[in-house]
Amino acid sequence: MLTNNPWESSAARGWKVVDASTLERDADLEADVVIVGTGAGGGTAAEILADSGLAVILVEEGPLSTSRDFNMRESEAYPTLYQESAARKTKDKAIGILQGCCVGGGTTVNWTSSFRTPDTTLAYWHRTYGLEGFTSGDLAPWFARMEARLGVAPWTVPPNANNEALARGAAKLGISTTAIQRNVKGCWNLGYCGMGCPTNAKQSMLITTVPAALDRGATLVTRARALEFAHRGDRVTALSCAAMDAGGVHTTARRLSIRARAFVAAGGAIGTPALLLRSRVPDPHGIVGKRTFLHPTVVSAAVMPEQIDPFAGAPQTVYSDHFLEAAPLDGPIGFKLEAAPAHPLLMATTMPGRGRAHASAMRELPHLHVALALLRDGFHPDSSGGSVTLDDSGAPVLDYPLTPFLWDGVRRAFRAMAEIQFAAGAATVTPIHDDGAAFASLAAARSAIDGFALAPLATPVVSAHVMGGCPLGPDPAHSAVDTSGRYHHLANLHVFDGSLFPTSIGANPQMSIYGIVARLATDLATALSPRGRPDGDRARAPGSD
Amino acid sequence: MTNRRTFLFAGIAGAGALAAAGWLHNKRGASQALFSTTSPPILGPDAFVVVTAVTPVFLEGALPDASAAASTAVRQTVVNVGIAIAGLPPAAQQELAQLFALLGFAPARTALARVASPWPEARREEIAAFLENWRTSRFLLFRSAYAALHQLVFAAWYGNPDSWPAIGYPGPPDIAR
Repeated sequence: MLTNNPWESSAARGWKVVDASTLERDADLEADVVIVGTGAGGGTAAEILADSGLAVILVEEGPLSTSRDFNMRESEAYPTLYQESAARKTKDKAIGILQGCCVGGGTTVNWTSSFRTPDTTLAYWHRTYGLEGFTSGDLAPWFARMEARLGVAPWTVPPNANNEALARGAAKLGISTTAIQRNVKGCWNLGYCGMGCPTNAKQSMLITTVPAALDRGATLVTRARALEFAHRGDRVTALSCAAMDAGGVHTTARRLSIRARAFVAAGGAIGTPALLLRSRVPDPHGIVGKRTFLHPTVVSAAVMPEQIDPFAGAPQTVYSDHFLEAAPLDGPIGFKLEAAPAHPLLMATTMPGRGRAHASAMRELPHLHVALALLRDGFHPDSSGGSVTLDDSGAPVLDYPLTPFLWDGVRRAFRAMAEIQFAAGAATVTPIHDDGAAFASLAAARSAIDGFALAPLATPVVSAHVMGGCPLGPDPAHSAVDTSGRYHHLANLHVFDGSLFPTSIGANPQMSIYGIVARLATDLATALSPRGRPDGDRARAPGSD
Repeated sequence: MTNRRTFLFAGIAGAGALAAAGWLHNKRGASQALFSTTSPPILGPDAFVVVTAVTPVFLEGALPDASAAASTAVRQTVVNVGIAIAGLPPAAQQELAQLFALLGFAPARTALARVASPWPEARREEIAAFLENWRTSRFLLFRSAYAALHQLVFAAWYGNPDSWPAIGYPGPPDIAR
């Protein structure tokens, strides 16, 4: 039995944890601050706010699952830990979206890649949106603080064969690659980060900030969906939530109402705009839910002569920004190259085709090298992203049109990945496209890629990075929240998650959320100045005393 | 505001199919529900026959050679598709219910899927042709329905440890916990 699961001692530590699916009656709670979401934004904010003596309630729609539940099986992990069983889609179904839905949010299931926000992105925000105080220099101490908190460090173990092939192919072509830093401590190099870390090596919010907040008296409510903020004048007065059933699909009749001095929305860049839209917050310029970015991602699979075992070993340890840096930021769309781990279920659903062709592609799994290209969206007039709206049940719908500007990048990304994979010694390369086949030469792959009809649902596109929709900025005509993360039109409503970003990040976004939210939450903690408040204001939770 | 109940059909040109689907769902919804039981989730008749028919076509070459083992694998896959659908949000379940109600309705099966025989009697070539037509359709609706079936069937089979030996996947590592 591993002894490093903090949740095993939750009773001894007096943690207040409420599973709303078990509530037998409606509940009224009260706190200084209520935080919706327990991922990179909510978790980071919770620790900082609780640390300063504030009474905090965390609201999480997903379940509490911990290392003892993480059995590394896709068929259990995806339905339990991901939004919509990992089958969330954009409105026209053309983009699959991987988002966490569990305590720790995306940080519980991400692949641990840790990048500070690129200088080019921050400089663009300053130049284009007048964002002051968010230069690399301004944010450096906050990144350093969170890197120290979460064990972010160079990964000194050699990359697995899947990542090594990316590095080797790129090197043959004179394309530079760099090692990825990871937020792990004592990692076993298993390769199952996406199904919840079974050894608690990954320093996700599940085992770091959320436990720390609970140690300081915070209350965690799981299986509770934030429905809407009630607001009067320029203030939010309460948050109403619906309890989910044990399966996490349907709401029960039980409702929770939470009063607080301040409200933090950190439900991710689909959940947060949807919550604000359901709440009908004042939005005179129609900003909320617009300019949602995804890093639209395409995939190329290669069969290598040697054994790769792409399911084993740290999933992402090598990247290349060559194709981000090769062209101007506001020119044709650039892309970041990384490796993708390949486990049977996700690989089989990603691999086009059916019948014998699909079956024989799957039999190559042990020799499969999988590369992915993340398109950096949001930096060009032709890349305005998607928009979040609500369906008639109040559930979010993300409409993200795939435009010719993006398809141009997709085609270049397929070409670049094929070239690198052949340079690495691939026997065949299969660009993941409905008309893709296993091409035995670069010339054949190129000519096929040049002829691909790129269209929604003919070209599988995925996203694991949802950003934007409540952008930061000084000007209410072009942003949803001010540079402190406070909603422009409601004085005690704060957005502390990836919704804040005015564009995509151009790198895996967890560090960007940690660093920026650490700063915003620290300022909020100071503003709420809790020290010396009477104990009577501590969070109260039903059944937890 | 978008109506998720109907956006599966947003890509189709004619309002006729939309009206037909809505009518079908109302008319046949009670008897042709997505699930015949919800705990455990067992697919209702329309969904069951359609998924049972398409599964061997998606999985040709992946299923065990012996016919008894292949039948077991298909049965397990259909059960797992039901479990997977039960984990989707209500709006997505509604869309799939519409899809299966449409495909389970003989005139629609003949006209839209061009499968002449009832699903249990349909030949593999006929089913493969239907899937290929929908995969390459100019209507986003049919392409998205194909993509949904592709995702459901392959997730159900390759999430099952029985599929792993054939593809050289050793399963998750054994860690002493």
